[in-house]
Amino acid sequence: MWRRPFPWLIVGAALLYALVPYFTDDVQLRESLLLAAVYIILASNLNLMIGYAGYVNFGNIVFFGLGGYICLYLVNDFQWPLILAALLGGVAVSALALLFGLGILRLRGAFFALATIGVNAAIQQIVTNFEPWGGATGIYLALDAYGSLGGPMQALWTTYLLIVALTAASLLASYAIRNSKFGLGLIAIGQNEDAAAVLGVPTPLYKALIYSASAFLPAMAGGLYFFKSGIIEPTGAFNLQTSIEAIVMVMLGGSGTILGPTLGAFLYEELRGYLLIAEPFSHFQLVIAGTLLLIIVLFAPGGLLGFVHRLWPRTRRWLE
Amino acid sequence: MTALLSVIGLGKKFGGLQAVQGLDLTLNEGEILGLIGPNGAGKSTVFNLINGVFPPDAGRIVLEGKDITGEPPYRVARHGLARAHQIVQPLLGLSVLDNCTVGACFGRENLPLHRARDVAREVAESVGLGDRLDMLASSLTTAGKKRLELARALSARPRVLLLDEVLSGLNPTETEGMIRTVRRIRDGGVAILMIEHIMRAIMSLSDRIVVLNLGRKLAEGTPQEVASNPAVITAYLGEPQLMAAAENPG
Amino acid sequence: MIGILASVIDGVLVGSVYGLAAMGLTLIWGVMNVINLAHGAIIVLGMFVLYLVATALGLPAYGAVPVMIIFGFAFGVALYWIAVHRMIGRPALMSLLATFAVNMVLIGLGTALWTTSPYNVPVAMPGATWQGYTFTGTHMMAAVLAALIAGLLYLLLYRTRIGKAIRAVANNREAAELSGIPTTQVLSLAFGLGVALAGVSGTLIATLFPFTVLSGEAYQLKSFVVTVLGGLGNPAGALMGGVALGLIEGLATPFMPVSWIPIVEFGLFVLCLIAFPHGIFALKRS
Repeated sequence: MWRRPFPWLIVGAALLYALVPYFTDDVQLRESLLLAAVYIILASNLNLMIGYAGYVNFGNIVFFGLGGYICLYLVNDFQWPLILAALLGGVAVSALALLFGLGILRLRGAFFALATIGVNAAIQQIVTNFEPWGGATGIYLALDAYGSLGGPMQALWTTYLLIVALTAASLLASYAIRNSKFGLGLIAIGQNEDAAAVLGVPTPLYKALIYSASAFLPAMAGGLYFFKSGIIEPTGAFNLQTSIEAIVMVMLGGSGTILGPTLGAFLYEELRGYLLIAEPFSHFQLVIAGTLLLIIVLFAPGGLLGFVHRLWPRTRRWLE
Repeated sequence: MTALLSVIGLGKKFGGLQAVQGLDLTLNEGEILGLIGPNGAGKSTVFNLINGVFPPDAGRIVLEGKDITGEPPYRVARHGLARAHQIVQPLLGLSVLDNCTVGACFGRENLPLHRARDVAREVAESVGLGDRLDMLASSLTTAGKKRLELARALSARPRVLLLDEVLSGLNPTETEGMIRTVRRIRDGGVAILMIEHIMRAIMSLSDRIVVLNLGRKLAEGTPQEVASNPAVITAYLGEPQLMAAAENPG
Repeated sequence: MIGILASVIDGVLVGSVYGLAAMGLTLIWGVMNVINLAHGAIIVLGMFVLYLVATALGLPAYGAVPVMIIFGFAFGVALYWIAVHRMIGRPALMSLLATFAVNMVLIGLGTALWTTSPYNVPVAMPGATWQGYTFTGTHMMAAVLAALIAGLLYLLLYRTRIGKAIRAVANNREAAELSGIPTTQVLSLAFGLGVALAGVSGTLIATLFPFTVLSGEAYQLKSFVVTVLGGLGNPAGALMGGVALGLIEGLATPFMPVSWIPIVEFGLFVLCLIAFPHGIFALKRS
């Protein structure tokens, strides 16, 4: 994979993305880039399910929230170093996802989608009643947690760089999977699951694996993000609306491609930022997102990238 | 003659309907076995039972000495049995080459991606799709899609191939071409079990024929034997093709 | 003992409304293989129609029922042409996303209009007393109306030409098309019917309990559980499944906090799907 130019482009872009605000010491830029980076992580990992395997994980936010909780709990109550805590969050959540996945991935279409919403709701309910994790109030990070990273200011920069690293990892992982035998099998499942099975693709295993894989990086990102925020509570951690926005981003940019979710995340963030200033009611956000999703599904199901591919078929080769 | 695929006492019930009952059949190496019968005789169900789409209620299926009864389709494919469907199921968003690569990757040989792609290219070319390798499967003609269905199944380099009405929807020239292709596949070492309604073709292609009616085996034998079997003719009463084949065997 | 019986009877009454809602969902699924993820939003719509008719306009509450049926039908047909028509025949993922998008738009608009505060429409209906237990008038009326509407649906599906056309299209769309049935029109009608059923069930639910714009989710989940219990595409099974669910809820409510009930139902849903893919009631038919 490293013999092709594309992965190097990803690394180069990530370096720029990370270092420009760092060297200009631009905190505002960093904050908005951080949010975009988190969305790119959510969208590109979600894309593995939607765009490759063809399963819509409506409740994808559960990985982010649960990873956040595990990380903050380990840092706050057991003084674990951040990276280790986030890593364990990632591993634990993807292990859980593997377990759950083997069960709910037997369901097709809307049933799977609903099941994922249900999983998110169930986990949120359980966490809200779980005292060691602060119940409904959540976990407030003690300020000295930032001490090991050189104080709050430095910690914010460190988390930013780590999140950008995760973003790059997400894109590289999407690329690597896409060009692998595993990826081909997944895409075959997404095209026609029954035909794929007849061709020999081990569908139950592959689906569970990708569901689990799609949980890992978002869980780690959740750990880092909520560490930076200093607080995590159930409603924010398992927010279904964010989950849905991730889906819109994937569809907007072009599901099944590498750049699509990234493009979609950026565009949607821009749109949202604009709307927040223009319209005080946050609930029009949902209307806009819904209308956008509807338009995409009706008229441009391939999203932006799909549109470009249709107009200029040659781009299919290099613009993925 | 080594038996490659054996079906013993196969039975399947759907609700109140006994779709298949007490079926025995054997496919030998290097053989083309034709499976014919009036509509609703249970032929497609037999295929579905063999390649694992449904588990049978009774009986066993043995492939190359291994009991594959009730195994899911992807395991059956891994054991070396491939299937080309009557209603083609191309992976529409993938190219012809990618479609075949899937077959080569996940079939009997379980090849890595690069090798699989080479095999896929070879097989696609041998079936006449060499000039369309990079075309999306969705933009193929019906005949092209039928060829893709076949190429994809062959890319797995199976030992046994199930062909489900590969000749339907083809014009006479295409039919001739496909008949030649099927013979070539058999000559290449793949045993074939085929369902077909075009009597002339299946009579000339098959080494042996099994006739199914209402889920049970009605007759078995060479094409000539079957065509002149009175029970078979009765079952097909009114089928001009079979009557013609009975009058002009071979 | 009598207390449990009373609770069960009440559960059956409320369950018949769940069944009505599920009939809308399962009808659409059976006829055009589309799972309507805007189902919950439409239930909410029905609830607010009751509010508008009874509270805002001050008309008799049960007048909202025919209003919702007519409006729901028209709304459903419109929805079909806007969001669903182009999805027919496309991969299931697309219709899922399309109906989900509609759900987002409707809930977003609803929240903008009515916020997420609870609404309550008090409906005066004389109850009945038996052995010292009172059965709420609204519960009984809702069950009666649900049964009535279900009966009307049955008559429509099995005693009219349109119903026959709908069943033909549900059975085999291509064959229906070939016999000269205008399938697209039929699909839009069926969708309209399904939406009307969902909407009117919302109206009836609003006569029973307070509601918010976000209540639809819980009822959508119940509808899915019922549909799965009764078998997809099986309206009679849906009604039976609804009653069964109402029964289960009646038995469970005294024993667990309200917020856990949706989770139990979700668990039941997943269990049923994995263990009985064709529905529990469907098993009996074979």
